Amino acid sequence: MSDDQIAVHEPHAKPTTYVEPGPADRFENPGLPPHRPRRADVDDAAAKRAERQVTTLFGLSILGTLGFIVAYFLVDPNLRASILVIGHVNLYHVILGLTMAISLLGIGLGAVHWAKTLMPDTEIVEERHLQASDQEARDEAAGILSQGYRSAQLHRRPMLLLTAGGALGLFALPMALQVAGGLGPLPGDTLNHTVWRKGMKLLIDPSGTPLTPEMVTQGSVIHVLPEGFAGESSHGEDGPSALEIMEVKATASVLLVRLNPELIQSQKQRDWSVDGIVAYSKICTHVGCPVALYERQTHHLLCPCHQSTFDMTNDCEVIFGPAKRPLPQLPITVEDGYLVAADGFAEPVGPSFWERGE
Amino acid sequence: MTTIPQGAHAVRDQSAAATETTADDADPKLPPPVVYLDERFGVAKGFGLFKKVFPDHWSFLLGEIAMYSLIICLITGTFLTFWFVPSMGHVIYDGSFVPLKGVGMSEAYASTLDISFDIKGGLLIRQLHHWAALLFIVGIALHVARVFFTGAFRKPRELNWVIGTVLSLLACVEGFAGYSLPDDLLSGTGIRAMNGFMSSAPVIGTYMTFFVFGGEFPGESIIPRLYIAHVLLIPAILVGLFAVHIFLVFWHKHTQYPGPGRTNTNVVGFPLLPVYTAKAGGFFFIVFGITALISALVTINPVWAYGPYDPGQVTAGSQPDFYMWFSDGALRLLPGWLEFELWGFTWSFNIFLGSLLLLPLVWTILGVYPFIEQWITGDKREHHLLDRPRNAPVRTAVGAAAISMYLVLAIATINDIIAIKLHLSINDITVALRVLFFVLPVIVFMVVKRLCLSLQRADRETVLHGTESGRIMRTPEGRFYEVHEELNEFDRWHLVQHEAQRPLSLTAGPDTDEYGVDRPVGPLESLRRKLSDFYFKDRIEPVTPSELAAAHHHGEAEALPGGTAQAIEESVDRADETAGLRSDDRH
Repeated sequence: MSDDQIAVHEPHAKPTTYVEPGPADRFENPGLPPHRPRRADVDDAAAKRAERQVTTLFGLSILGTLGFIVAYFLVDPNLRASILVIGHVNLYHVILGLTMAISLLGIGLGAVHWAKTLMPDTEIVEERHLQASDQEARDEAAGILSQGYRSAQLHRRPMLLLTAGGALGLFALPMALQVAGGLGPLPGDTLNHTVWRKGMKLLIDPSGTPLTPEMVTQGSVIHVLPEGFAGESSHGEDGPSALEIMEVKATASVLLVRLNPELIQSQKQRDWSVDGIVAYSKICTHVGCPVALYERQTHHLLCPCHQSTFDMTNDCEVIFGPAKRPLPQLPITVEDGYLVAADGFAEPVGPSFWERGE
Repeated sequence: MTTIPQGAHAVRDQSAAATETTADDADPKLPPPVVYLDERFGVAKGFGLFKKVFPDHWSFLLGEIAMYSLIICLITGTFLTFWFVPSMGHVIYDGSFVPLKGVGMSEAYASTLDISFDIKGGLLIRQLHHWAALLFIVGIALHVARVFFTGAFRKPRELNWVIGTVLSLLACVEGFAGYSLPDDLLSGTGIRAMNGFMSSAPVIGTYMTFFVFGGEFPGESIIPRLYIAHVLLIPAILVGLFAVHIFLVFWHKHTQYPGPGRTNTNVVGFPLLPVYTAKAGGFFFIVFGITALISALVTINPVWAYGPYDPGQVTAGSQPDFYMWFSDGALRLLPGWLEFELWGFTWSFNIFLGSLLLLPLVWTILGVYPFIEQWITGDKREHHLLDRPRNAPVRTAVGAAAISMYLVLAIATINDIIAIKLHLSINDITVALRVLFFVLPVIVFMVVKRLCLSLQRADRETVLHGTESGRIMRTPEGRFYEVHEELNEFDRWHLVQHEAQRPLSLTAGPDTDEYGVDRPVGPLESLRRKLSDFYFKDRIEPVTPSELAAAHHHGEAEALPGGTAQAIEESVDRADETAGLRSDDRH
């Protein structure tokens, strides 16, 4: 292309609706600066060198592709190695990834280098037009619309438009209703109780061993599930399904801790405990993560998800973090030497929900 | 562009030399396949498209990164569907990853392990998919920032901005749905939290969770449902909207940075064929290649290390992927007292605000910004020339302040990691971030606005007094001064081309009529004027030719110590006076 193609004549003829900004005392756009040729434009040796660089990059890409194919078949997929800085890796994965990267980068870098060194770098000016159509086109469009409207007799029979609009507005409702209605059951009062019942043994998760008070030593924290949902009893023909176990784990998981009874601050907490052994829902009252971190010295429970912190000595009240409500306590007692639930949870466990307070 | 190409110093004076390639193919013919297609579809008529001109700038590549990452995700994602089993059915793992042999898990998790260990190259595809997804959202975020700070969202592109914001929201939702699919301990915890978010919604929360999860958490429906959303529903909308997004770029023609020869009614750059075909096509391979390089060397989401999901377990340091950090961080910062009982119902704003409300809120603010700014400026003209961010100080400062708020929330997500690594109290960090969320944006706003204004002043100084030449002159009396070289007209144009927007209170006439009686304006108009003041009260006018002439006139002053500084002070003051401003902006 020649230089006169890129010449810009200022000021441009502006469409009538465009108002040149600012006061009259402004600098004028000087137009495109003169083009400076690249070395490859004027020096044949430089151009030749650029060509060599591009073909080398494309050649590397071909090698990378072939390397990938060879490695795919020849390298042992379980090959492992230690690479400096990166550490222990699956070498097969690394070789495949690197050869693929070479194959792709060769093409990409080659093409860009080609464009930057050998393809024209003279800037071209293309005129831009305002988006809005001119008045003539608008009038014509208005005519077409109006003609369509009238020839459909909508101007004389408005009920056509009204009913058609109504029908079109409503026809999707049956589909929407079917989808929404079929997605899931109504909650009912499912969220208000867990499987814990009076007399259910406290089993260690995952072994399923029933707990006696002696097994709960000072300072230890035990993850507990209700009878029938952990260990051997949960397997077999009559046992709960994998789905039921998941649901029980998500709602009825309990943490068991033995506190020094003198530290317990509330009478209710003491009444529902056995010799300082307290059982609390493990499901955070914020958004339902398991409250998994127990600090022995402070008797704080911390949820790793959002750092809600509960004070075990004070009925698991929230002392920090985004949760509002304390963890619900499970009343426990001793029956035939085993720790059992004295009752179910007195309130819904887990995250807040709208109908919770009812 | 006045920069001299690399290696071209030797030829800089030969710029007059002819660079055009001579047409050695005087009578080109269409290749037969194109003729075949032309006879059936008339394709030759559309070949003018190949001459379409695109402007060149590195920041225009940010959107391309997003576009290419999306394509990589589509390719690798399609592969993954061949092996992934979107089921929560219970199986005992029997693959080649020894530590998990014999462990009960969902089919989704088992098949993800198979992809990682038993399908040759499967791990590479998984890693490519995850890294490309992250890169997709990084690309989008940077692209949004570029479009925002350069004002590319202005008329006629407002609606394309809205489409873009919807795309960016969908990208985050798509990413969340995707990393939830493997059903490992980390992603399961994420779904658990999502269940909690939904429960917190006033009135409909419980119903929503039961409908989405097909019953009580976790149920058996959520993975298959997230799967179909992830591989069909959201991608279909994403690709559809993306097609419109990119079509509108063609339709409007790309915006360009201001510069000599670039005007609001032209577009200056290189044609699609061959330059942009090579550059943009090549860039796709570069993005793909770099993604492959990262995937080969850096493990992302090693699901085998987390184990299968168990609602009773969790790992410390559970964080979502980075684009959800701000939401998770908001949940960590919101205090518990935002939950209360009223009329017998539970209002959990501590959760609802940071999750279900935050996402739509952030994206709504983003989506409506162009309309708000247009209302404030009253500027209904088409804009195809970009703003240099410094020339729109308040917009730039507002954007920076918003980003700082976003970053505070995002950093809150790693408050536990920070506490461990830096041996700080997690409580102190959380409280500090709560305060910072409100304080930092204000500070950032003020600093960035001042910075923009200072940069504009520096531009003025450069125009009025030239650039430092490095040549020291000695006067006959023995004084030294540095010679300043005047800018050439091309370099100068970059610094003087913009217009400084004036507040409405100046352009809309006085608030009182000629008898001193208040002209009443409605509350909305009054708000608009206040906002307009807020935006444009402090501003630096670009240098005018007469100012430059005046500067030349007493140019000898430069020879005197302090002369330069004095001249700037004067000129800036003069600019403020011309505008008739009460500005709190004096040095």
